[in-house]
Amino acid sequence: MADLRTDFAGIRSPNPFWLASGPPTNTYGQVARAFDRGWGGAVWKTVGEPIVNTYSRYGGIDLGAVRMMGFNNIELITDRPVEDNLREVALLKKRYPGHALVVSLMVESKRETWHDIVRRTEDTGADGLELNFGCPHGMSERGMGSAVGQVPDYTCQIVEWVKEVATTPVIVKLTPNVTDVTYIARAAAQGGADAVSLINSINSIMGVDLDTFHPHPHVAGKGSHGGYCGPAVKPIALNMVAAVAQDARVRIPISGIGGIQTWKDAAEFIALGATTVQLCTAVMHYGFRLIEDLVDGLSNWMDEKGYATLDAWRGRAAPNVVKWEDLNLNYRTIAVIDQAKCIHCGLCYAACEDGAHQAIAIRRRDGARFAESGIGAVRFNGDHRWDVEIIEEACVGCNLCSLVCPVQGCITMQEVATGAAPVTWREYAAGRGKLAPRPEHYVTVA
Amino acid sequence: MRQLAATLPEERYEANFADLAPPLTPDQALGESSRCLFCYDAPCTTACPTHIDVPAFIKMIASGNLRGAAREILDANPMGHSCARACPVEVLCEGACVLNQLHKRPIEIARLQRYATDFALEHRLRLFEPGAATGRRVAVVGAGPAGLACAQDLRRCGHDVVIFEAREFPGGLNTYSIADYKMKPPTALAEARMVLDLGAELRTGVRVGEDVSFEELLEQYDAVFVGVGLGGTRRLGIPGESLHGVVDALSFIEELKLRPKREVAVGRRVVVVGAGNTAIDAATQAKRLGAERVTIVYRRTDADMPAYHYEYELAKADGCEFRWSTLPVRFVGNAVVEAVECVRTQSGRPLPGTEFRLDADMVVLAIGQEPRASLLARIPGVRFQNGRLLADPATGQTSNPRVFTGGDCANGGKEIVNAAADGKRAAAAIHALLRTMPQPVPAGG
Ligand SMILES: Cc1cc2nc3c(=O)[nH]c(=O)nc-3n(C[C@H](O)[C@H](O)[C@H](O)COP(=O)(O)OP(=O)(O)OC[C@H]3O[C@@H](n4cnc5c(N)ncnc54)[C@H](O)[C@@H]3O)c2cc1C
Ligand SMILES: Cc1cc2nc3c(=O)[nH]c(=O)nc-3n(C[C@H](O)[C@H](O)[C@H](O)COP(=O)(O)O)c2cc1C
Ligand code: SF4
Repeated sequence: MADLRTDFAGIRSPNPFWLASGPPTNTYGQVARAFDRGWGGAVWKTVGEPIVNTYSRYGGIDLGAVRMMGFNNIELITDRPVEDNLREVALLKKRYPGHALVVSLMVESKRETWHDIVRRTEDTGADGLELNFGCPHGMSERGMGSAVGQVPDYTCQIVEWVKEVATTPVIVKLTPNVTDVTYIARAAAQGGADAVSLINSINSIMGVDLDTFHPHPHVAGKGSHGGYCGPAVKPIALNMVAAVAQDARVRIPISGIGGIQTWKDAAEFIALGATTVQLCTAVMHYGFRLIEDLVDGLSNWMDEKGYATLDAWRGRAAPNVVKWEDLNLNYRTIAVIDQAKCIHCGLCYAACEDGAHQAIAIRRRDGARFAESGIGAVRFNGDHRWDVEIIEEACVGCNLCSLVCPVQGCITMQEVATGAAPVTWREYAAGRGKLAPRPEHYVTVA
Repeated sequence: MRQLAATLPEERYEANFADLAPPLTPDQALGESSRCLFCYDAPCTTACPTHIDVPAFIKMIASGNLRGAAREILDANPMGHSCARACPVEVLCEGACVLNQLHKRPIEIARLQRYATDFALEHRLRLFEPGAATGRRVAVVGAGPAGLACAQDLRRCGHDVVIFEAREFPGGLNTYSIADYKMKPPTALAEARMVLDLGAELRTGVRVGEDVSFEELLEQYDAVFVGVGLGGTRRLGIPGESLHGVVDALSFIEELKLRPKREVAVGRRVVVVGAGNTAIDAATQAKRLGAERVTIVYRRTDADMPAYHYEYELAKADGCEFRWSTLPVRFVGNAVVEAVECVRTQSGRPLPGTEFRLDADMVVLAIGQEPRASLLARIPGVRFQNGRLLADPATGQTSNPRVFTGGDCANGGKEIVNAAADGKRAAAAIHALLRTMPQPVPAGG
């Protein structure tokens, strides 16, 4: 079995799967149960200034029958006293010396206050500190959380204060509610952070009740923007992780967070350069038992690929994320329909005809084309006497039809040789390199 | 037989005996696995006698971890593949699914289970490793579901296992009796091979009690597991039972499973006696072999019928007819059976004066299997209760502390899944027992 052991800025854990700071890491009992079940590490629910939570505090957005495709919360940091938290952290660390236990912190932006909380936290024997500069609601109004994390100078300053006294690794948790996350990551690195973790949750309103006009979630009829997370945010998180991983001015380990639910999600973060991953919403949805497939699925995949350790493939995908202007404009693909698999739903036709490039025709079985242009109504109606057909000379290879097709492997995108040498926009704009002939697909009305 | 049913074109046999529930396509598996709610402490898992963690394996299918899914299943139930094909899931896992309430349609657990285990069988995955050798030796008598399940877990604990099997092939009734449209012999053998791959030795063609005695086994082995299943079909004890054309269900089913279908003799008009699941299997398969008319006679009413509801529905859909409250009293014929003389019953008792005849070219007796009483009586130190081996249901341990039992011979005849659960429980108990025994003197090599 593959070796999943992880060393994250000096913090060791039996596997890269950590619980993110949040409700699942509120108490000793929860984290102990999670470790017993196989989780590699946990970041304790953010400890800091006293707060009071609202009762109603979570919202979800469903995708058809699938619940909680996205999730949000207006919860603040822990509402338990600092002493209780730190006592439990110390007990946990004693009982689980081999697991990673990091404490998330958020206090007033004062040097002494940070010094004090860092010392008290390190007295517990915890393996590291995670500075929560990300919470997008409630705390930011009080000059903490994302109010710090949105300003590079504040971020750098507080990290410096923390590093003045900290003896364990310091992780800075980044907020996605910024224009360019790399600026904040650089500031953290500059301040001396040992690692970064990202993303925290994204500003959001989950919906509006059309009977009462209450936003979701509401507290006595009123709502407030909350932090968006869950499966829906994974693409945003991946992009931010990739950006930070590639930034030459960051160069510190990354813990990837945001929308992870399966081992594949986690593997994608690691392939983009993350050393560990953290989960919150998925655990809130299904419980700690998720760890079984996370560990098993990842190690089976590694065995299959012949990777003995995580380091063997970590970051493999990162160099493949490049600037748009460095993409090869002569790489041509077209859609290919496997007629044997087609169930005649007509979705690809509607998508391409109305939403893309009018490159799919409906062809009668006797060979006559029903519609060649984007003009005129076509009756398709699941009729098996008709086939959809790609008009190759019009297909721009945009992928849309293959994305809407409900049948696995029915529409695939296949490379067609253009015979031309690769050329990027950068080269083309500079007058170097030639574009291969491109589809003439628009019906131009005079 | 007086009149044989006409043979069918080969493709008809193929269609008639194709899998009742065909394998899921990847699209279906994705759709169905995504529909699973991933219940906590799920009722499907509770309902399964081997307590497979159903939501866990289904989520593994959804996440693309087929190997993990197969392992999850076969860890809990070494017979997880045959169970996926043949379990009465309507009364087990799928019957317990919470989506019966919400969607009026449960998750297709059995077909998903087949999807994952097909992958394991096709690739002959090595999902488990034998445990570090303990030097202990266990004899398993019978290579049916109970014996195989027991053998898998004993090998995983590191004990040497020798399986003694009277017949030519392992698998027990999985190989010789399960309706052919549920599972064919090569599948049962592939499943058995996965267990044998763990290093259990299989000795076929050995009848324990005759070719080798239980005493010898107890001398040579530290413990013995007895999973010999049930014996032949019961006799009715009425006149004409030895006429040509009167056959027992097990022999009939075995023949149609092992021989090319066109070579299997089946009457034009068939009467099946009994209304248990075996009777249904005999009736549907007779029909699928080409019998024109298949009539099931049962001395009680449809409400008393022991067959599962969906089996009954299948027989009806196949065009089998049912005669309730009907008792055969005599098979009529001159060397060859021609008719069944019956009498109507009330509360199972014959009503005089209601005699009538059913024409028949073939009669299939399916009124239950006999226990292997005389065989079991040869085991030293065991005791019996109501004709069954007395054993602790939690461990399968008999009155002879080194003899354990499970499966049909212990439970009186249930399903594959119960036999597998029994085998596993016994393996755990045997392992616990062997650990308390003084260390064996290491054999020279
Ligand atoms: C016609 C029929 C259809 C069935 N259909 C289903 C179904 O669809 N689904 C389902 O779940 N269950 C079904 N069952 C029940 C299921 O097959 C049994 O519950 C299960 O096979 C019991 O397993 P076992 O290991 O206890 O016994 P068996 O499968 O009977 O195996 C016992 C083994 O012991 C061997 N043996 C016997 N005596 C000796 C000896 N002296 N020495 C060595 N070996 C010996 C036998 O040859 C046999 O291989 C069906 C049963 C029948 C008869
Ligand atoms: C209810 C809830 C409470 C959270 N509380 C905290 C917190 O106290 N400190 C923190 O750093 N992040 C907190 N988070 C953010 C998560 O740790 C995580 O960064 C975010 O939810 C994205 O990951 P996910 O998609 O796996 O949930 C919270 C998230 C949720 C849903
Ligand atoms: S999950 Fe439900 S029961 Fe638990 S605290 Fe929230 S609202 Fe209450």
